[in-house]
Amino acid sequence: MFDITFGLLPPTIVDLIIDATQQTLYMVAVSGALGTLIGLPLGVFLATSRAGELFAAPWLNQSLGLVVNAARSTPFIILVVAIIPFTRLVAGTSIGTSAAIVPLTVAAAPFIARLIEAAIREVDQGLVEAARAMGASPIQIVAKVLLPEALPAITLALTLAAVSLLGYSAMVGAVGGGGLGDLGIRFGYQRFMPEVMAAVVLVLILLVQAVQTLGDRLARRLDKRSRG
Amino acid sequence: MNAPLTLAAAVPTLPDPSAAPAAIPAPARSIIRFERVAKTFPARSGHAAVHALSDITLDVPEGAILGVIGRSGAGKSTLIRLVNGLEKPSGGRVLVDDVDIGALDEAALRKERRSIGMIFQHFNLLARRTAFDNVALPLEIAGVPRAEIKARVEPLLDLVGLSDKRDRYPAELSGGQKQRVGIARALATRPRVLLSDEATSALDPETTEQILALLRRVNAELNLTVLLITHEMAVIKAVADKVAVIDGGRIVEDGATYEVFARPRHPTTRSFLAALTAKSLPRRVAEQLSAEPRDGRDQAVLRIVFTGQHAQDPVLSRVSRLLSVDVNIIQAQVDEIAGTPFGVIVVSVPGDAPTLSAVINAVERLNLTAEVLGYV
Ligand SMILES: Nc1ncnc2c1ncn2[C@@H]1O[C@H](COP(=O)(O)OP(=O)(O)OP(=O)(O)O)[C@@H](O)[C@H]1O
Ligand SMILES: [Mg+2]
Repeated sequence: MFDITFGLLPPTIVDLIIDATQQTLYMVAVSGALGTLIGLPLGVFLATSRAGELFAAPWLNQSLGLVVNAARSTPFIILVVAIIPFTRLVAGTSIGTSAAIVPLTVAAAPFIARLIEAAIREVDQGLVEAARAMGASPIQIVAKVLLPEALPAITLALTLAAVSLLGYSAMVGAVGGGGLGDLGIRFGYQRFMPEVMAAVVLVLILLVQAVQTLGDRLARRLDKRSRG
Repeated sequence: MNAPLTLAAAVPTLPDPSAAPAAIPAPARSIIRFERVAKTFPARSGHAAVHALSDITLDVPEGAILGVIGRSGAGKSTLIRLVNGLEKPSGGRVLVDDVDIGALDEAALRKERRSIGMIFQHFNLLARRTAFDNVALPLEIAGVPRAEIKARVEPLLDLVGLSDKRDRYPAELSGGQKQRVGIARALATRPRVLLSDEATSALDPETTEQILALLRRVNAELNLTVLLITHEMAVIKAVADKVAVIDGGRIVEDGATYEVFARPRHPTTRSFLAALTAKSLPRRVAEQLSAEPRDGRDQAVLRIVFTGQHAQDPVLSRVSRLLSVDVNIIQAQVDEIAGTPFGVIVVSVPGDAPTLSAVINAVERLNLTAEVLGYV
């Protein structure tokens, strides 16, 4: 096989890096998807449920806001440890890639919710007013006005979430979660192989760049606010 | 009430003007009706309650264009938002086609809104939808099937002259074009009533004229009743059959536009009209004009309105001879309101109190109105 490291790393290590990259991508993809599944509706609700808004429920809005803030202000590494019983309950174990998805999702959902909320609040209230004047129901306003109009901002928000998850997923490596972070710590740090550490960091940088570039491009394509 | 009639005659683009009178029922019934409507916004933390509207009674006859004019904060937007239930009255009733809007539940109100179109100052178009898709939106909301949507949107884009822009996004359109899309969108569900909240306030004068002409055209061609609000008398003059002047949440004067222009009674109306006249005064005069006389030797600037039957009379020379005062004509123009000619002459006369009141008296004895615009 063609050696992409030009002989700097032994083939066994290269295989490990490829495996770890796949694990990282798997964790980020699944926790990102689950986080969006929870965070998107939560964000939409947070953005539309203050007094006088489409789904006005000020109490629920405030309570959910508090929960979201609490989750957001817990440092991730503490969160991972604190919810170990919950992780065991859901994943059957607290060690490994699949188990790591639980804390990653728990961290991603409130983060994504706040980002989506901000994106939706950016939508001009005049559009909501116009839709109401047309006879749109609150659900129709969300589906036909708020989400489509916020789509470029939502794309950027999810890009940011994915980049953050790449970082978090490296952190779960420290507690036996697998992936690039795990590899970096076990080989780069504990076995003192700086070249492995460098390779891990390099792969992470490339992944972040790729995700960010793709997200930016997609958002720009979706945004019709500027001419041409 | 033959306002819609004369209006129709004034629209040159009507397919067959001679057929228009027969098509319009003689005594127009009122399609929007405010019955002693009040609107109070309740007090909130740090803010006292706002009595936005009090004791509003107003009828909009079917097929008419009624303009509501008022200053910022007068309650215009609140008034128009009561018609489609975006606000609920805190007293009285708002009827649209005999339906009490304030009494409807949400579902019934949503359905009713489909027969009430609305256009906005800032157009409120969806940035990520093309012109076509923006016009299609109310139809999608109403659950109209895809194929039918296409068949209905295209003639609308045609009507507003934007067929060639159907795949353009709002960012690629000019202000006037955006408002045309807004109008087409408002017409998509075939409403009987069109509400316009300062629809031309973000446009330049020329584009304003085009949009107003379009409103007049859809009013005539579709027998669409229009309720529009504005802070500019020029808009009222250009399109409204009837006008209501709103000040501090109350209607202080209303009537046929022609009548109100010829014989304004309330000070607010008068100042709106004076502002309209002052806008067209020669710069030399406009710059010197002051509200109060500075000394006894000032000249008073008067606005005299001539209605139809007086348009030919040598009124000024008679006043001049009768009182032996010098009357200088600053400006004279003949306009039309809803097809009736209408003359405005701006003159200056000696500004001392006795002379001024003698002149005003003499003019009013001829059944014309004279208004002091200021002193130079
Ligand atoms: N939702 C609201 N809550 C409290 N007060 C309000 C609300 N909406 C309007 N008002 C108040 O009611 C009054 C009338 O407002 P409105 O918007 O109808 O005025 P307007 O004539 O349309 O003014 P403008 O020309 O500036 O648009 C104002 O004093 C305004 O502050
Ligand atoms: Mg307003």
